[in-house]
Amino acid sequence: MSLSKLSEILNADRTRLLAEWVSYQNESGQVRGDLITERELTRESEQFFELLREALGRESSAELHRPGYKGVRDFLGELSRSRSRLGFTPSETALFILSMKRPVFGAVQRAFAGDAAGQAAALWMATELLDNLGLFTMETFMEAREEVIKGQQSDMLELSTPVVQLWDGIVALPLIGTLDSNRTSIVMETLLQVIVQTRSEIAIIDITGVPTVDTQVAQHLLKTVAAARLMGADCIISGIRPQIAQTMVHLQIDLGNVITKATMAEALRTAMHRSGFVVTRKSAGGLLHQK
Amino acid sequence: MSTILKTEKLDVSEEQHIVAVRQAVRRLALEIKLSLVDQTKIVTAASELARNLLIYGGGGEVILRTLSAGIRHGLKVEFIDEGPGIEDLELALRDGFTSGGGMGLGLGGAKRLVNEFEIDSAPGRGTRIGITRWK
Amino acid sequence: MDRIPILTMGQFLLVTIQVDMHDRLAMALQDDLTTRITTSRAKGVLIDISSLEIVDSFIGRMLGNISSMARVLGAEAVVVGMQPAVAITLVELGLSLDGVHTALDVEKGMQLLRRYIGAEFEESLSDVDDPEN
Ligand SMILES: Nc1ncnc2c1ncn2[C@@H]1O[C@H](COP(=O)(O)OP(=O)(O)OP(=O)(O)O)[C@@H](O)[C@H]1O
Ligand SMILES: [Mg+2]
Repeated sequence: MSLSKLSEILNADRTRLLAEWVSYQNESGQVRGDLITERELTRESEQFFELLREALGRESSAELHRPGYKGVRDFLGELSRSRSRLGFTPSETALFILSMKRPVFGAVQRAFAGDAAGQAAALWMATELLDNLGLFTMETFMEAREEVIKGQQSDMLELSTPVVQLWDGIVALPLIGTLDSNRTSIVMETLLQVIVQTRSEIAIIDITGVPTVDTQVAQHLLKTVAAARLMGADCIISGIRPQIAQTMVHLQIDLGNVITKATMAEALRTAMHRSGFVVTRKSAGGLLHQK
Repeated sequence: MSTILKTEKLDVSEEQHIVAVRQAVRRLALEIKLSLVDQTKIVTAASELARNLLIYGGGGEVILRTLSAGIRHGLKVEFIDEGPGIEDLELALRDGFTSGGGMGLGLGGAKRLVNEFEIDSAPGRGTRIGITRWK
Repeated sequence: MDRIPILTMGQFLLVTIQVDMHDRLAMALQDDLTTRITTSRAKGVLIDISSLEIVDSFIGRMLGNISSMARVLGAEAVVVGMQPAVAITLVELGLSLDGVHTALDVEKGMQLLRRYIGAEFEESLSDVDDPEN
């Protein structure tokens, strides 16, 4: 029993097989009529059927990573990715392959009428193949799902950490909320990118809104300062509350050659001074009293 | 459990080959869609280990593999030489230790830049180092 | 063997590293630069690495060496344009390049050099490619 034999069987029974397959998909009650039309479903089914038949003619095993299955993989991959994006559930997506079982088994039984051994071998082969296809569909589906979720997460992280330009050449990153290691590295990468984009030589990292700083987060902060320096920018860390200062000393975190300031305002003053800006008040109380 | 998607082999017997290793690692890292920072990390680690392989190991082989573990993808690079081997692994991995004129950052640094680091070496038996970075 | 070109800009030398350098090319650059600093009496060296996709310990050491040698020869070197991903990696590798001046881009690097070498060279600089004058 070989795969090419299976391919012949599928081909001989093509019309009936396809019709049964499409109708099983429709009857299952799991086809999302709201998301995909029957014509589309028929077209997709026909296309996949052809690709599979061709692949079976070329390959001698049901291992999908073999080159002969490239067309099949690409098609199924695209199908599950697009269904994942369209909002199909995993079982609605898996149905595409699973509903093929009955028609294929039917065709095999007809082809091997009276030959029990041949039938068993062919059924086993068809099962293995369809299972592999089903698993592949699920994996791609989950992968696409995961990507969507990851994208949303990093969008959220970016939203929650806006890097703002305070002045020509000065950017600030006001950090608010708990910093875990993952968030900190995303935030820091964003900061370094903004430094390049805005050509800013000074970055203020304000941690007033950060409740606690553990060793890992502190290490991340220090690494960011070091990376910024390698790029040609200086960082000022501001808003280190007394409690955090104590923890840092306790954890023996050395902020030795990092510029630190109690408040963002002080940090800005230092930054302006270093960039050569002079801030002066026009006259005492100036603007308020002007008529 | 992970499955191997693809395997490539490179011979490292002269200095230009270090560049070839960097380029192959970059290409495969892009293929499995590692982020730019992760790409840079594994290319840098590979550059260090390829140079060690050439200088201390007297040349050898680099094997690159892209891996798939369910929905995760990874890149594993192995450096295999039949040189003198490393007597004291702990010492060699320590930052600042060098038997040559280096800074002694290669091994320790490479380890920090990847998710998995395996080393197998003994005097007279050569050295085999594997690094993996997951997406 | 290939060599990386060194441009003269008034009192400064400019090197733009655009290729993935193999080790000998990096060594050659180090030699060429020290020679050129002496022969041209340059006061500053700008090394633009904005196209460089990685800096490993070898290139890192070369950058450090160039800086120290320049200083011995009475010049200052500035490494400009290191990409964020490269910088993050270098820090993780454990290399901080202490004593190497850095700047975001060539223009900022020139400003920095000018500050280092003082006002006495302002004159001669004003006729070089300088957007601020
Ligand atoms: N493949 C190898 N075979 C034998 N010895 C090795 C091998 N790789 C590393 N070593 C030993 O481990 C030491 C530390 O290596 P490491 O890469 O950390 O530093 P280095 O190469 O000396 O300096 P750097 O990489 O910072 O330029 C080397 O000096 C060498 O003695
Ligand atoms: Mg080394």
